[in-house]
Amino acid sequence: MNHGSIGWWGVVIGVLAGSIRGGTPFLLVSLGECLTEKSGKINLGLEGVLLMGAMTAYAISYKTGSSLIGVGAAAGAGALLGMIHAFLVSRPKVNDIAAGVAMLIFGSGLAFYMGKPYIEPTAPQLPGIPLGFWSSVPQIRAALSISPLFVFGVVVAFVMHWFFRSTRWGMHVRAVGDAPAAARAMGISVGRTRFLSIMVGSALGGIGGAHLSLFYPGAWTERISSGQGLMAVALVIFARWNPVQCLWASLLFGGAQSIGPSLQAVGISTGYYLWNASPYILTLLVMIATCTTKRTLVGSPGALGTSS
Amino acid sequence: MSSAQDTPIMSAVAETRTPEVAPKTPLRWRPALEAVVIPSGAVVAALVMFGIFCAFQGRDAFKVYAAIFKAAFGSWYSFQNTLVRTAPLMLTALCTALPARLGMMVIGNEGALVVGGVVATAAGLAVQSASMPVVIAVMLMAGMAGGGLWITLVGLLYYKRGVNETISSLLMNYIAIALMNHLVNGPMRDPSSLNKPSSFPIPDEKMLPNIGNTNVHYGLIFGIIVCLIAWVLMEHTTFGFKARMIGGNIRAARMAGLPVARIGLITCFLGGAAAGIAGMVEVAAVQGRANESLAAGYGYAGILVSFVARHRGLPIILVATLLGGILASGGILQREFTLPDATILLLQGFIFISILYSESLYGRIKFFKEPGA
Repeated sequence: MNHGSIGWWGVVIGVLAGSIRGGTPFLLVSLGECLTEKSGKINLGLEGVLLMGAMTAYAISYKTGSSLIGVGAAAGAGALLGMIHAFLVSRPKVNDIAAGVAMLIFGSGLAFYMGKPYIEPTAPQLPGIPLGFWSSVPQIRAALSISPLFVFGVVVAFVMHWFFRSTRWGMHVRAVGDAPAAARAMGISVGRTRFLSIMVGSALGGIGGAHLSLFYPGAWTERISSGQGLMAVALVIFARWNPVQCLWASLLFGGAQSIGPSLQAVGISTGYYLWNASPYILTLLVMIATCTTKRTLVGSPGALGTSS
Repeated sequence: MSSAQDTPIMSAVAETRTPEVAPKTPLRWRPALEAVVIPSGAVVAALVMFGIFCAFQGRDAFKVYAAIFKAAFGSWYSFQNTLVRTAPLMLTALCTALPARLGMMVIGNEGALVVGGVVATAAGLAVQSASMPVVIAVMLMAGMAGGGLWITLVGLLYYKRGVNETISSLLMNYIAIALMNHLVNGPMRDPSSLNKPSSFPIPDEKMLPNIGNTNVHYGLIFGIIVCLIAWVLMEHTTFGFKARMIGGNIRAARMAGLPVARIGLITCFLGGAAAGIAGMVEVAAVQGRANESLAAGYGYAGILVSFVARHRGLPIILVATLLGGILASGGILQREFTLPDATILLLQGFIFISILYSESLYGRIKFFKEPGA
């Protein structure tokens, strides 16, 4: 690749492009996690959902020739895994973190098992939205070819924000997450609200997976996700359980993820592997900076992480 | 874990009379049986679900079971194969099991294994001219220190900053693997390792030998000893009692004046050290050098072992042997049934889900209630 013409700008453009391309799965899983956590449960299994979504989207897109059907199937696969998780955590004495780890192993096992035949073939990809049409620099054109799922994610972020703030159902979800006993007294079904929240949240995670295999990096491999579903949990804490802030946080994480490859593209490979760890280190630093032992976090759903 | 959700004092009391305590009256066998029957039943249920899944895939489920059994325990040769895998599983399981007794859910097993393995390699290479027992002892200490400090960091973040230990330990798995990749591609790289960047090798004659004339290395003995120590420590010492009291009710433990953070950090160190030994054993007995083969998934399988064994040291030995057998059968499933290697991971997923579901059954089956209690 010739990056000589734009030099260091290549790094900047690479990181910017990466923040949108790489941030899209973060955005969708963090929105899914946000919805789940607002209802008072944690879903650590979104990593498995992401993998399963990526595999399903790729396989279905390959079989049907339509990437759109692939995205829909990914959402369905995510919803199915979400249902298992929701069923598990609805049982007494079942810790939702442990259930998440189980779903992580199950989801990735299932995705790897069923995805084996699809590692070789090429499936139809999602078309990019060419926002870079005004530029003649190919790097900028490539960087601004936006995934339709990113646009979808942005819309979902704002819709979810409005949903929590201004709709009756949104208030039900928040009530279930903040004070399940009070919600129950109001006549809201805690179990059903949580079941639906976890299921829809997982479906969003599945769509995030579809972005991975159908847009960027745009192929199904077993290493496609590498922990992005897990980071969603930290991202939601960083975003203070606010869907719109999930958007900014995702862009930040997507950018951090692309520092290493962007530097390598201009010929700097020192610390390449360490740069690859930057999203994880960033997540950890964010958690160290924002968590506290003294009080519960601002915006945290009241019943989060309890068994009520 | 789950016990933290019960009424505070009740669970603290319940913890003090765990089923392993020798039966005082002839009637205590029923509650004790519960702790055996429920997890075993869950594993059997998972195997049935897995069998149904295989049937849907057009494989004869009973033949698959038979093949797994044969590959795992069918002959002395295959059993040795199983035991080689058992050692790292026992050790990584403790990384989840020990902190779990005080209510922390640490799943940084893979990271602690990798860090332990890399640190042990560096230390072993530094003293490679010494005699074999010295090299092994130095590697062992280094592996324990590396893995132990890695998980202690998780504990520090938890007690000092309230950072969720599950998420931080998971993130640190990825950081550990990135660090290892950095080291074996840079400072520690053996230039002759072209296809798979690796560290310089530990000299063959300084590696951990096999037991007698078997194919099983001494890592198995390390694993069994460490599990026994962990079991005695957690179930039969005041330290373990304090740790379990924290797990039962952290507030009550604080009120009772227990140094919660100190006990927590020590436990984290011990758990991480156990996983560090696993990494050291993988380097010193199997790989001979540090490279990405260290992150082979023993850490994640260890989480499952810990849960099936309900975080107790003694059952971990047994469960690790069973799961070691399942891992050892992966090759057979691939060759004879053309099932992908992820089949084993999927089976682990089935077992894990089933085990978690079974957690909700404790205390709900009438038969296991102590008559008159």
